[in-house]
Parts: sequence; structure tokens; C-alpha cells
Amino acid sequence: MNFKYTCSALAILAMSASAANAETLRLLTWGGYAPEAVIEKFEAETGHKVEVTKSNNEEMVAKLRATNGGGFDLIQPSQDRIAGAQEEFGIYKPLDLSKIDTNLFIDSMLEATKGNTMMDGKVFAVPHVWGTSGLVVNTKMAGSVKDYTDLCNADVAGKVSYRLKRPTLIGFAFAMGMDPFAAYGDADAYQGILDKVEAKLIECKANVKTYWDGGDEIKNLLRSGEVIASMAWDTGGWQLNADNADINFVAPASGALGWIDTFALPSRGRADEAAYAWINFVMQPEIAAMITSEAGNFTASKGGDAGVDDALKARYQTSFPQEAVDNIKWYPAVPAGLEALEGAVLDRVNAAQ
Amino acid sequence: MSEIADLECRELSKSFLDFQAVKDVSFSVPKGTFFSILGPSGCGKTTLLRMIAGFQEPTSGDLLIKNKSVLDVPPNKRPVSMVFQHLALFPMMNIAANVGFGLRQRGVDKREIEKRVETVLERVGLPGVGNRSINQLSGGQKQRVAIARCMVLEPDVLLLDEPLGALDLKLREHMKIELKKLQAEFNTTFVYITHDQSEALVMSDQIAVMNHGVFEQIGTARELYYQPKTAFVAGFVGEANKYDAKVTAKNGDALKLVTGDGVELSGLDAVGGLNEGDRTQVFVRPEAIKISRKQADIKGMDNSHSGEIESILFNGANSQLLLRDNSNGAQINITMPQTGEFRDLTRGDNVYFGWEAEQTRCYLADKVS
Amino acid sequence: MTSDKSKLGFFLLLSPLLLWLMTLIILPHVGMFFVSISEKVGVRQYETGFGNYAVFFNEPLYWNTFARTAYMSIAATFLTLMIGFPIAYYIAKLTKGRTKTTLFLMCLIPFWVSELVRTFGWMILLRETGVVSNFLQYIGLVDGPIEFLYNDAAIMTGLVYTSMLFMVVPLVTTLDSLDDSLIEASYDLGGNGYTILREIIIPHAMPGIVSGCIVVFMLSLGNYLTPILLGGKDSLWFTGLIYSQFITRFNWELGSAFGFLLLGLSSLIVFVGLKLSRQSLTETMGR
Repeated sequence: MNFKYTCSALAILAMSASAANAETLRLLTWGGYAPEAVIEKFEAETGHKVEVTKSNNEEMVAKLRATNGGGFDLIQPSQDRIAGAQEEFGIYKPLDLSKIDTNLFIDSMLEATKGNTMMDGKVFAVPHVWGTSGLVVNTKMAGSVKDYTDLCNADVAGKVSYRLKRPTLIGFAFAMGMDPFAAYGDADAYQGILDKVEAKLIECKANVKTYWDGGDEIKNLLRSGEVIASMAWDTGGWQLNADNADINFVAPASGALGWIDTFALPSRGRADEAAYAWINFVMQPEIAAMITSEAGNFTASKGGDAGVDDALKARYQTSFPQEAVDNIKWYPAVPAGLEALEGAVLDRVNAAQ
Repeated sequence: MSEIADLECRELSKSFLDFQAVKDVSFSVPKGTFFSILGPSGCGKTTLLRMIAGFQEPTSGDLLIKNKSVLDVPPNKRPVSMVFQHLALFPMMNIAANVGFGLRQRGVDKREIEKRVETVLERVGLPGVGNRSINQLSGGQKQRVAIARCMVLEPDVLLLDEPLGALDLKLREHMKIELKKLQAEFNTTFVYITHDQSEALVMSDQIAVMNHGVFEQIGTARELYYQPKTAFVAGFVGEANKYDAKVTAKNGDALKLVTGDGVELSGLDAVGGLNEGDRTQVFVRPEAIKISRKQADIKGMDNSHSGEIESILFNGANSQLLLRDNSNGAQINITMPQTGEFRDLTRGDNVYFGWEAEQTRCYLADKVS
Repeated sequence: MTSDKSKLGFFLLLSPLLLWLMTLIILPHVGMFFVSISEKVGVRQYETGFGNYAVFFNEPLYWNTFARTAYMSIAATFLTLMIGFPIAYYIAKLTKGRTKTTLFLMCLIPFWVSELVRTFGWMILLRETGVVSNFLQYIGLVDGPIEFLYNDAAIMTGLVYTSMLFMVVPLVTTLDSLDDSLIEASYDLGGNGYTILREIIIPHAMPGIVSGCIVVFMLSLGNYLTPILLGGKDSLWFTGLIYSQFITRFNWELGSAFGFLLLGLSSLIVFVGLKLSRQSLTETMGR
């Protein structure tokens, strides 16, 4: 372990030496993915400076689109937001895999991400943090909620919440027995699925207290008991579970939706050396464990879960027995133009009375 | 007074927190009178007027209009109208709407309003201006519109709060005459407050001189000017030379006095009741003093002095001389006679001057605070 | 010579304004306009046309959302006026000196914190487990918790609260300039409270009323946070549509078209409002 750590540290030092002088890494990422302690360590070891901007998938793509891929040096959108956005707006540049220490990654995840973000034989992203979204349920008060569509049950009326975003459409489609991912390539079939989901969501609207927008908002609603069942991220459920044993993350019967947040280079990024250095730095198991403790989600770092706090592991295992893990529906790359179809559905649901 | 007074105040008082603005004022104004209240600023005249209009409630006393108490009547129901200091014409309306405002509030028929507005505008000498806006009028025309706006309501009493204050001198002189004419034309009781004695003297039938919340004297302009009853009135109305003196001898109304500087004067006990040894204030009008180059011309007068001309304030017919009295060094103000005789007087000339005891009005000094 | 110099000075003084107008207002709008008239026909393929504008008129959803936003904004403006006028009248006419300054500053206090914090403040008050609901239960008026959030009334409350200052300031300014003797004169001439309000005070305050209403209407129409946070699931607001077109749909073309439609339609509403109140923009803004 110590030897390995020293080795990779040396490798990084060598790399930064080759970069001639220190760079400033402008990182566009999610909250919790770049803890202060990790940044300090990185800056001390490599001499690069790090500036962090926190955001979400949509805003990351929108920001890069506005600047034609400039303004940041490393960004972390989900893997399904790479290929479509690249095709449409050309905001990324291909990765030079020789500069990444691929031994640090869990092989299956690395291969899956490479495959999902490949265009014209070039790889645009490698995986970093993964997690799922499913249901966070107050089991005492809403024990009946086992799947997404159970949020529309009469016994939880007025006390449920979900986001008015694409994961909700996907989750409901699976729960209604359809496979939206299989229809990604066929716009008409996909529209057919969306129409059914739209009808269901409009019918379900009366049950909803409010559509949540940010992670803190839904945690707040669940903690106060104003909402007793909601679609949400696994980490949120685990955090609430630490305070209130009744609330926990539940993998839905039709499968949790698995996402992988990646590393990708903006097409007009300037500090590539620092970006590769950061990737190699944070994928070290010790650093990955620090990020997992902060963000609550596990990483694609090989052995990165070893250093994670036992309580978090225990919660993970309660929520994900083996069959639930096998049942996770991993988001495939979103083809360009799909968002427009989904957007129209979401608008109509929002407008429905 | 057999006729019922249009306006009557009975021991009217108004106190603010720590200050009594109006103290036990009583007076009555017969119908058709132009009644002025004259006083320096802060004397309480505005408070008195606002009580009559109803904007302020008296602390005690009664207020009667046509012999009926109006204390409980709010200003919008009182049969009095007020012309404000800055006229308070409504800039958002044209002239006809301004004048018709009060009639509209009374619910008078529209056509009737039109007719009455036009009539009253004619009476104030502004026929056919109804459609114009306020800003198109001159200062004097605005005055007349303000009066028309009140008169169209045919009030029992019209109150005027120094409406000429904002005008320039020429126009003010003109409007004095104009106002008097309008008052005669409408034959309505006017109550006019001002701090300008010439406005009050020229226009009024009756003037009340007010000071420190009380009426010092009520009378005609002549009475106030020639027979002031208090030292304040003597000093405030018209101009006067003033001495502080002590009574040394008394014979009926005739007094012998001596000033602080030892100058002897002969005077008249203006209101009676002065005794030997009383400290008095003595007033002599500048026009009562006769001057001459020769001592002999002055010799026979009750008071005779000589002095050196300090300056000549030339103002045409109202020219005045400022003299330094040789006997006591006091400054004295004398109206320059309009006979050509003194045209060549210059600074530094020595002249003799004197006046009669009758023109030397004496008041008890304690009366003046 | 001197006139040349003063001309130069004039242009030098004008240049910051022109620069600001050009670079921050006009140029972005020109850019937006060109985006709005490019129709997407395929991946990275665009054609010029007004198709994006047609979308707005052909899709009742968008049209209705705008109508709802405009209607709610007008209602918010009216409510703000109804509440703000007595406040402004009190500050301008019935108080003096220190009290006046203090009251005026109190209207400003909510603006010392950000709009987000203010809105969260309302959420704490109105939510089901919030202050108002708990208080009503405590005094025994209701049996169970009540949800005040997530409806149009909550949006309205937030909008009125946020815009109050922008109504009160112009009203206080115009009412301040109303000579007290005008009110006394009309009272003296037989007017009562109602007629004085109608014939003297309101006509005088009209420029303030109109400019306050324009500002409040535009602020409400362009508000994003308040309707989204307080309105919950029924919080359909036109700015929210624009945001989602830009950010979540990556559909800048439609978003830009919506932006221009918002600009045009809201200007139209203001224009109609000015015509109805018989005020001119120069008169209203020039004071």
C-alpha cells in the first residue's frame, strides 16, 4: 500500500515536472466531488492550483455550449451526457488514455464508460463517481412504496415528491413495464413510451406535494415529515438514515437507475496536464475514499471502497442486496435530440391541472 | 349691534403642547365687512384663521357663524371658504373644473355648474377662461380664480391667508385695490390675515392687531394709526420714533417726562392711568416732527431740539431724514417736508426740529414685554 | 472652438452610457435575435426562419403559460398598489422627520438580503411544518397542520412582498410633492375623503402610480425564483419555460424566441396600460 502510494506519487511528480510549470485547473463538477482536503493535498504535491465551480449535468453542458467549450479545464458530466452533447455542440475533446493511469480504475466500469462515450473511435470520458437514483422512503409511514409508480398510491396522497426531470420519466417507464433504454434509438417508439408516462404523471400529479429541485430541498422535506416517499438519490437516503432510522433508500422493484459521473476535457480547455494529474490523483484509493466520505457515493477507483466508513457500507448493503445490484439500469448514452421530446412532456405535465 | 354678526368669536383659545397660540380672543364681524387681522409672524393669526376654517379645533371658547356655533361642523360643511397663502389651485384640473369643484361636491346639476362658473368668472373679470389650464394664468389672474372658486359657493365668510405674499410689489399694490373692489362687488364678509400693515390699512374696514396670541386693539385704520391704544400698536402700525422715559409731572393728560439721557419731553397720556414716576414708552410719528433751519420757527413747540443730519433717505414723496439729536445723541427719523425749502439739505447740516405734546403718545412701559 | 470642446466633452460623458448600452444590451440582443430565427433541422444543421416564434403561437401550452404569467403579474401589481398606496400615503403625508426616514428604511430592510433568502424566509413561514401552521395549531384554530405553500396565493404573497419597495418609493415621491394645502383646500370646498382621493390625490399621484406599476409588473413578469420556489408543482411561469429551454433542453433557439416574445408582449401590455391610464412614458419616467 505504502509502496503503491509512493509510486503513483512519484509518477505524478514526474508528470508535473514535465509540464514545465504549474497550471491552474478550472474544475466544473458536482458538490462533494472535490473536497477541500483533497485539493490542498493535490496542490501541495503537484504545485497546480485548483478552482472549483459546482454545477449539475444540464448546466455543465449549457455553460460549455455558451463558451464553445472554453472557460474550464476539466468537467464531470454523467456518462450519458457525453456523446449526444458532443455530436450536437462539439464541446469536448478526446482523452489521451496514455496519460491516464488506467490501473487505478475498476475495469468493468472503465470499459463501460469508454464504450458509452466513444465517437469515431475516440474516447471522450473515463468514470469517476457512480451512484443510483431510486426511492427514499419513510418506511414506517409509507411502507407500501416499493416501486416508482407506488408514489401514485392513494395512501401516500399529498405526501410524495419527485423531480420533473428525465430520470422520473425513465423510472416511471420501467415501473410501468416498458424499457425506454431499448427505445433510445427509435424516436417513434420512445415517443410512444413517453405518451404513456405522461398520462400517468398527469394522473399522479394530485398526489404530489411539490416537484423538488435541489438535493437539500428534498432532504429537508423528508426530514420534516412533510414528504414521506420520494424519488431521490441513494446518498440522500443514506444521509437521512443516519439521523432517522425510519428513512432509508429503497432500490425500486423495477430497478434503481444507475449513473456514472465522468471526467471529460472541454474542447477549449487550457490546462490538460493539470487535468490528467487531477484524474490520476483522485483515483488513488486513499483519495477516492476521502471523496466517498464527502459525497456519499462510491467511486470507480479500484480498492477505493476499502477506506470507507463502515456505517456507509452497511447502509449500502441494506439498500442493495445482490439482486438489486444486478437489477440496476445503467443509463446508456442519450442520443442527440431526445431531450426535446422529453422536454415537451415535462412542460405538459407541469402545465396540467 | 342689532344686526346678526356673520362671524363671532367668544374667548377663543388654542394651546399646543407647551405653548398658547391664541388666548381668549373675542370679536365679531358684521356682515359685509372687510376685516383684517394684522400681526407679526408667530402672533397666532394663522392658528386663529385655521380654527375659523375648521382645520384646527379650539381648546376653549366658541365660534359662531350667523349666530350659530360651528364648533362641531367639519370644514367641508362650514359655510366659510378659504383662499390659501399659495392659492392651492388644483393643477390637475382646468380653470372651470377648479371653480366648479365645490359645486360638484354639493351635487349641483352639471349644466347649472357650468352656468354658475361662467357667471362667477365674469364677475372676477375673467370671462371665457374656463378651458385654460392653471399654468396659463398670470399671478393676478390666479388670485382671482382662487377667489372665484370660493365665491361660487356663496360662503358667509371668506377667509384669506396672506394671499398677496407671493406676488411682486407692483402686482401686490394693484391687487390690494382689486381685492377691495371684489369684496365690495360680492358684499361678502372677508377675514384677511396679513403681516403687511399697508395691505391691512388700505383694504380693511376693521383691523385687529394681534400680538402674542391676543388682540391688542380692534379699530378702523385711522383709529389704529392716530389713536393706538397700546405701545405695541403704536410701534407696529406705521412708523414712529421711540423713547424710554420716566413721568416727572402730570396734569390731567399732559405729562412731563425725562429720558434716560436727561432730555425733557412733553407728552400725552395716550390711554390714561399714568402716574408720576412711571416708566413709559414714548412714540412720535416722523411726519409729526417739524424741521427748520432757524431756531425761532421751533421755539414755540412743546418739544424742541436740534441735531445733525446723518443721512438722507431719498424716496420721492416718502423721503426721510435721519438726525442725531445734539442733546442726547439719539437717532431720530423725520419725514422730509415736500416743500422745496429743504431740497438742498446735505449730510452734516445742523437743523432745528420740534413737535407738539399732543403728538407725543406715552404708554406704560410694563405693557410691553 | 469652445463649441467643439463642449461637444467633445458631451461625447466623452456620453460614451460610458453608449458603451454600456451597446456591449451589454444591444449586442447580446442582436445575437439573441439571430439565434431565435435559426431553426434546428438536424444535428448541427440550422435554417433561418421564424419557426421558433410559430411554436409559441401553435402550442397552447406556451401561449397559456404566458397568459397565466401576465395575468398573475397584473394581479400582483394591482395588489401591490392596493397595499402600497396607503403605506406610501402614510409615510409621505402623515409622518415627518425621523419617523418618516425610519419607516422608509423599514421598507428597504428586506432588500438587504438576497431574493433567495427572502423567498426561503417565506417558505419557513408557510410550509406545513412552518411557523404559521404551527401557530394556528397552537392557538387551536385548526386541528392539523396546514400547507400554505405550493399554490397561487403563495406565489402572489411572494411577488407582492418582493415588489413592495418598487411601488412605495415612486408613490412616496409623488405624494410628497403634493402640497398639503391642496388637500385642505378641497376639504374646505366641501370635498370628502373619497372625492379628495379621487379628484386630487390620485390624479396627482398618477405618474407615480403608473411608474410603480410598470416596474412591479416587469419585475413580477421576469421573476424566476419566487414562482418556482413558492408555487411548487403548479408554478408555471414564463421565465421558468425560458430557463428550461436554455438549460435543460439545450434549445437555445426556442429559448431566445421566447425571450423576445416576453420582451414584445410585456412591452405591449405596458403600452396598453399607459393608454388606458392616459399617461405618457416620458411624463411618467421624466418626473
